[in-house]
Amino acid sequence: MIDALLLQIGYNATLVTLGSAALGLAAGATGTFLFLRKRSLVADAVSHATLPGLALAFMLMVALGGDGRNLAGLMFGSALSAWVGLLSVSWLTRKTRLAEDAAIGAVLSVFFGFGIVLLTVVQTLSSGRQAGLESFLLGSTAGMLFSDAMLIAAGGLTVLASALALRRPLLLVAFDPGYAETQGINVQRMDLAIMTLVMAITVVGLKVVGLILIVALLIIPAATARFWSNRADRVVLLAGLFGGLSGYVGAAISATAPGLPTGPIIVLVGFAFFIASLLLSPARGILSAVVRHRAYQRHVHLRQGLLSLAQNQPVYEAMTRCLLRRAGLVRADGVPTAKGHSHAAAALRDETRWQALRSSAHLSELSARDDGLTLILDVLTPDQIAELDRRITSEQRAI
Amino acid sequence: MGAEFVILSLAPLLIGIFAAVACALPGNFLLLRRQSLIGDAISHVVLPGIVVAFLLTGQIAAWPMMLGAAGAALVAVVLIESIRRLGRVDVGAAMGVVFTSMFAAGVLLLEQSDTSSVHLDVEHALYGNLESLIWLDATGWSSLLDPVALQGLPPELPRMALTLLAVACFTWIFWRPLKLTTFDEGFARTLGIPVQLISLGLVVTAAIAAVAAFDAVGSIIVIAMFICPPATARMMTNRLSAQIWWSVAFAALSAILGYVLAGYGPLWFGATDAVSAAGMIATVSGLMLAVVATIGPHRTA
Amino acid sequence: MTAALPHTDPAQSPLAIRGLTVSYGEQPVVFSVDMTVQDGAMTAIIGPNGAGKSTLLKAALNIVKPLSGHVTVYGRPLAEQAHRIAYVPQRASVDWDFPTEVLDVVLMGLYRDLGLLGRVRARHITHAKECLARVGMEDFASRQIGQLSGGQQQRVFLARALAQKADLYLLDEPFAGVDAATERAIIDVLKSLRAEGKTVVAVHHDLSTVRAYFDNVFLINRRKMGEGPIAASFTPETVQATYGGRLADGQITQLTQEA
Repeated sequence: MIDALLLQIGYNATLVTLGSAALGLAAGATGTFLFLRKRSLVADAVSHATLPGLALAFMLMVALGGDGRNLAGLMFGSALSAWVGLLSVSWLTRKTRLAEDAAIGAVLSVFFGFGIVLLTVVQTLSSGRQAGLESFLLGSTAGMLFSDAMLIAAGGLTVLASALALRRPLLLVAFDPGYAETQGINVQRMDLAIMTLVMAITVVGLKVVGLILIVALLIIPAATARFWSNRADRVVLLAGLFGGLSGYVGAAISATAPGLPTGPIIVLVGFAFFIASLLLSPARGILSAVVRHRAYQRHVHLRQGLLSLAQNQPVYEAMTRCLLRRAGLVRADGVPTAKGHSHAAAALRDETRWQALRSSAHLSELSARDDGLTLILDVLTPDQIAELDRRITSEQRAI
Repeated sequence: MGAEFVILSLAPLLIGIFAAVACALPGNFLLLRRQSLIGDAISHVVLPGIVVAFLLTGQIAAWPMMLGAAGAALVAVVLIESIRRLGRVDVGAAMGVVFTSMFAAGVLLLEQSDTSSVHLDVEHALYGNLESLIWLDATGWSSLLDPVALQGLPPELPRMALTLLAVACFTWIFWRPLKLTTFDEGFARTLGIPVQLISLGLVVTAAIAAVAAFDAVGSIIVIAMFICPPATARMMTNRLSAQIWWSVAFAALSAILGYVLAGYGPLWFGATDAVSAAGMIATVSGLMLAVVATIGPHRTA
Repeated sequence: MTAALPHTDPAQSPLAIRGLTVSYGEQPVVFSVDMTVQDGAMTAIIGPNGAGKSTLLKAALNIVKPLSGHVTVYGRPLAEQAHRIAYVPQRASVDWDFPTEVLDVVLMGLYRDLGLLGRVRARHITHAKECLARVGMEDFASRQIGQLSGGQQQRVFLARALAQKADLYLLDEPFAGVDAATERAIIDVLKSLRAEGKTVVAVHHDLSTVRAYFDNVFLINRRKMGEGPIAASFTPETVQATYGGRLADGQITQLTQEA
């Protein structure tokens, strides 16, 4: 395993590992634009739509007397049919009442179905000569040629370079299409650019991960990266990193033993990164969110309980009572302790001050900061509080 | 159209029709809920489900595999929902993450386990083998009344018929809550309708249809039938009940036309071999969608 | 202040809320709100945008899950009394492209009577049509809902609520984006409900009509800012406190003064 990660196990494995890393890097970065635009699954339609083109290109090359398995030719054919699929999705979405998800599903299943029909035709045509087009469904790196690897790496890096060159307008469109339009960016053209890049990645990745799983390389790294940064450009960078790492590690693992197909392993490595991020990310991860939510809920209940105590109202909820008791604020029979009395009085005082603040002419702006939990001591200076207190006392006298 | 038709084509044709209709029925509600791609996700995760079932039982038996696949569909839906809510990832991306990963796991498990003795591979999972489900014991139309010959029907046929019946019953019994929760979830909640249970029921029904259909015809038909007939039907009418009937008609028609074209079409062009029926059924449903999207009476809002 | 009000016994109130807090993420939208709706009256829930008006209503109905809080309907838990409530959601909350007709939507209000498989009988249809007639939409019964104007959509929603024959009507922004004729029609229906002894609570955004339309107000800006009869609670002070600096003083005085 270590050998594989250090590229020590043979020429072909090294070729595949480096090619996969380049592909993962490019797919991760490109997929981020799609992800941020919330159109990840369009890529699924695009990738499934490559199949008819793949089969037709094969038939055409054979009919012209060439080698049907020429990778460049197959890539060209699949790009063409992916393009038609993409146009179909946008035509259905624009010209009919169907939503984009239905259009995506219809295009991917119909194109794929038609591709399978053509694939069975290919099987009968090239009797004796195994076309091996099925390997494009799940990808296959066995017997990858140096020229294939170069084509994949070069293709991936070209896409990556184009994506990076266009990143500013692309991110603007992803973030706020309306605003982007006012800045003179043609949103439709940028959407088209994203899709073209996605299509290019799909075609480039067909050989390695196959058309069913290529969409994973576009989506998973971006979704993973989003857990670690709130800045779009960093997300692009991180997604490239996660994608590249998945490709590299996945291909290396797959080279260590038989029965470890490259494409699925790359996807699963990416998924492992995703799950780890989903659980552990400090800002958006599940664990920290659960901890924060529990603490927050306790905070709300305690505060409400204290206010009820201060106003001599019954505490309705069991959870509140339990929290008050555990904090030593009330006794088992619900009667406030000395500490409970003083905390309750403090909470009520805070509440009264907020109320006074709202009707104060020059401080009322600050009432937006009143979320029920923020202490007024954290918002106002001692002088301002003293002023509020004076106002409260004078009002009470008036009543 | 005699004995040969009954032996070779009757069973696959019926299985194709039943499978198509069973998927189209829940597909209508998924379409209106903007959840069409749940069908896509379900059909991808069927593969890991059956592989796990095979590894656990060591055999290719229908019921364990259906259970495994249904379990996988549930796991997928729960995962998608948790990732969407807890990780604040948009639903499309959450689906993409889950179904590709589970599919990859399925392929890996398949490669790792010894399935050489049994007929279980990815291609089969994708496009099934409708053409092979022939009724060898039949001698002609009269066999339909012959109890002995009926015993020899491919087991997929009664299974698919049963599934269709179950799906149809679900749609009929829960028609009102399905319609209400799809149209106005908040209002449905105030009526005391268990909104989440209904949504889950819909997904489970879709999964059952997908799993049963997948066994006979592969997952391409499943995705195509979840989406194309309901989408086509939506553009024919503005009434939900009419939409359901249209979708049933489109689904059945796709199955019939697709099967016939796949079996006989190549012969008309002078070729000798049939093409994939599953692929052709999906293609026909797509052509219908394209036609109705161009001239359908209610194609635009 | 509140102790002086009549009808504040939660057991008598059509809708009594205690200590309700709702938060999206970690920002409370509604904080520790108590509300006691007066039986047989029309109450407006008012407050600036994003002040938690709709959320309060949805949390009271358990459509969104509150962080804490206790809700009773006619003195009993919500689940036991749900049949006495009719809820009219915001118009924008549903997909109007849904394939269905106006009469179908009104019939949805009869779900409790019809159950899963109960047949829709002539009396159900008649009842639904009467409800449509009450909102002036009887001629639209077989119209596809997507073809309705905003005001017409709102009336259909109101007709559906009427079909429920409830005692408590909760409406979320019923006058948002509707034409003047619809506003008139809706307020007439709501007043006729009050005349029948029903209770009406509506989220409302137009301060200039509060006095003309409603008996009571409930002011909210994340917290409760005031509650009670218009005369006592819809004052320049409470409105100022609720809206903060968003309204000019002259405006407030004008709005809250007797017409």
